Amino acid sequence: MATTLTTEQRRSIGSRLERKQRSLWGDALRRLLRNRAAVVGLAVIGFAAFVAVFAGVLAPYDPIAQDPPKQLMEPIWTKAFGGKYTDPAFLLGSDALGRDMLSRLMYGSRIGLVVGFVPVTIIFFIGMSVGMLAGYLGGWVDNFLMRLTDVIYAFPDLLFVIIIVAMLRSTSAGDVMGGLLVIFVGIAVVNWVGLARLVRGQVLSIKHREFVEAARAVGASPIWIMTRHIFPNILAPVIVSVAFAIPGALLTEATLSFIGIGIKPPTPSLGTMIADGFVVFSTTPWPVLLPALCISVLLLAFTFVGDGLRDALDPRSST
Amino acid sequence: MLRYVIRRLLLIIPTMFFVALITFTLAHATPGSPFDRNENKPLPQATIDRLNRYYGVDQPIPVQFVTYIGNLLRGDLGLSFTKGRPVADIIGQGIGTSAQLGVQALLLALAFSIPLGIISALKQNTAADYVSLMFATVGTTIPSFVIAIFLIYIFGVTLRFFPITGWGTWQNEVMPTVVLALGPGAFLTRITRASMLEAIKQDYVRTARGKGLSERVVVVGHVLKNALIPIATIIGPATAALITGSFVIESLFNVPGVGRLFVISIEQRDYPTIMSTTMLYAFLIMIANITVDILYGVLDPRIKVA
Repeated sequence: MATTLTTEQRRSIGSRLERKQRSLWGDALRRLLRNRAAVVGLAVIGFAAFVAVFAGVLAPYDPIAQDPPKQLMEPIWTKAFGGKYTDPAFLLGSDALGRDMLSRLMYGSRIGLVVGFVPVTIIFFIGMSVGMLAGYLGGWVDNFLMRLTDVIYAFPDLLFVIIIVAMLRSTSAGDVMGGLLVIFVGIAVVNWVGLARLVRGQVLSIKHREFVEAARAVGASPIWIMTRHIFPNILAPVIVSVAFAIPGALLTEATLSFIGIGIKPPTPSLGTMIADGFVVFSTTPWPVLLPALCISVLLLAFTFVGDGLRDALDPRSST
Repeated sequence: MLRYVIRRLLLIIPTMFFVALITFTLAHATPGSPFDRNENKPLPQATIDRLNRYYGVDQPIPVQFVTYIGNLLRGDLGLSFTKGRPVADIIGQGIGTSAQLGVQALLLALAFSIPLGIISALKQNTAADYVSLMFATVGTTIPSFVIAIFLIYIFGVTLRFFPITGWGTWQNEVMPTVVLALGPGAFLTRITRASMLEAIKQDYVRTARGKGLSERVVVVGHVLKNALIPIATIIGPATAALITGSFVIESLFNVPGVGRLFVISIEQRDYPTIMSTTMLYAFLIMIANITVDILYGVLDPRIKVA
C-alpha cells in the first residue's frame, strides 16, 4: 500500500519544516544587534534622546538662570578629594555665571541632537532626489550636478560652512532659534552634494540591471521605477552615509560654536559651553571638561552605530 | 599623461573663479557695512561714507567684484578693513608659521600612523590591533579641540610640562603639533591597516611566500610596497584636515598663523582677508587633489588616468 498521508500528517510535517520568513532588513537588524559597540552606541543615543526630550522636566534649574554668588562651583564628588567649592544643590557644579552645569548639559545635548538630526534629514531628501534624478535621467541635471560638486569639493567642508554661517548670521535669519536655522542651512548646503554624488553613482550602477529593464519594458513610469525599484535597492549605502553625517553635523556645530559663530548665547550648546568655560579653564576645568566629555561620548556613540550599520548592511565590506 | 596634467591644472582657473564668486557674493550680499560694527558707539555717517569710499565698498556689488578680480590678477589682494594694511602682507606674516605647524604635524602623523597601521594589520585581532583601532576611532571621531582640552588639562594645567598658549619656543610648539597631527594620523592609521590587509590577501604575496622568501622580505618588499599606494591618496584629505584643524588649533593655542587670522577676520567681517584666505585654502586643496591623482597614476600603472 502506497504511503498516503492524511491532511493531518501533512500539516504537522509542514509546520515542522516551516521557517519564519526573514527579510533582508531583518537580517541586517539582527547583525546590528549582535554588534556590541553598536548596541552600546544605541543605548547611549537612546539615553541622550530621553534626556533631551524631557530636559524641561528633568533639569533641576533653568539652564540660563544665573546665580552670581554660586559661581564656579565644582562637582560634588570633588568634596571627597578636598574640594572646597561644592554645593549639594549643584550636582555637577556651576559655570562662571553661576548657571547649573547639569541643567545646561541636558539642554546642550538637546541642541546637539537637534543639530545632528535636522540638517541630516534635509540632506537626505535633497541628496536623494537630486542624485536619483541625475543618475536616472542624466542630461543637463547630471552635468549641472557634477560641475557643482567640483566647485564645492574645492572648499574644505568646514571652511564653506564657516563662510555661509558667518555671513548669514548677520542677517535677520541669524536670530531664528538662537542661530540654529543658519547652522542647519550651512551644514545642509555643503553636505547634500556628497550624498547626491553617492546616490548618482549607485543609480548608475543598477539602472541597467534586468529588474529595472523589466519594469521599463512593462511600461512603468520613471517616477515609479525610481521610487519602487531603484530607491529600495540603493538605500543601504545611503543609510550608512547618513548615519555618519549625524556625528559630522554635531561636530560642525560644536566647532562653529567654539570659534564663536555658532549658537547665540544664552542658549546652551555643548560647543558654546566649552568656549565659555575655556576662559576660566586654568582655575576651574569642570565647565570645560564636562561638556567636552559629553560631546565625546555622543560622537563615539554615533560612530559606533554608523560602523555597526555599515557592517550589518554590507557584510562584504567589514573591516 | 602630460595632457591630463595640463587639463587638470587649467581647470583650477574656472574653479577658483567660482570659489571667488560664491565667497564674494556671500560676503557682500549681507546687509550692513563692515564699519558699523560697534552698536553702542556708532561712527558718524560721514566717516562711514568716507571709509566705504576709501575701501571701494560704496560701488555696486558686480562692479566691486570685477575690480576685485582685476586687482587679484595683478597680485593685489586689497587692504584689510580692520588693520588697514595690505592683506598680502598680513597673510605673508602668518603663512610661515602655519606651514611650519602643518608640516610638523604631517610628519609626526606619518611617523606614528604608518608603523601603527602596519603592526595592526600584521597582528590582526590581537591586543595591539585593538589598541591601534581604538586610537584610530577616537582620533577620527573626537574633534581636535576636545582632545586639545584634555591634553591642556593634563600636560599644561596639572603637570605643567608645556605652556598653554603662544608660539616660538619648542615647548610652545609641542602641544599644537601633537593635537593637529592626531586627526590625520588616526585616519592614516585606518587607511594603512585596511590597505595592508587588502595587500596581504593578494596572490603575489602567496607566491612570494611560496617561493620561500623570508617573512621580512615578503612584508617589506611585497606587502608594504603595494599597500603604500592607497596611502598616497590621503594627501588630499590630510591637507584639508590640516587646514580646517589649523583654524581651531591656532585659535586655541594662540598661534599667530593664517588659521587664526581667518577666524579673527570672520568675527570682524574683514571681507578682503576672508576672500584671500579662502582662495588660498581652496587653491591648496585643489593642488593637493591634483597631486594625489597624478601620484596615483605614477605609483600604480594599473590605474589609467583619462
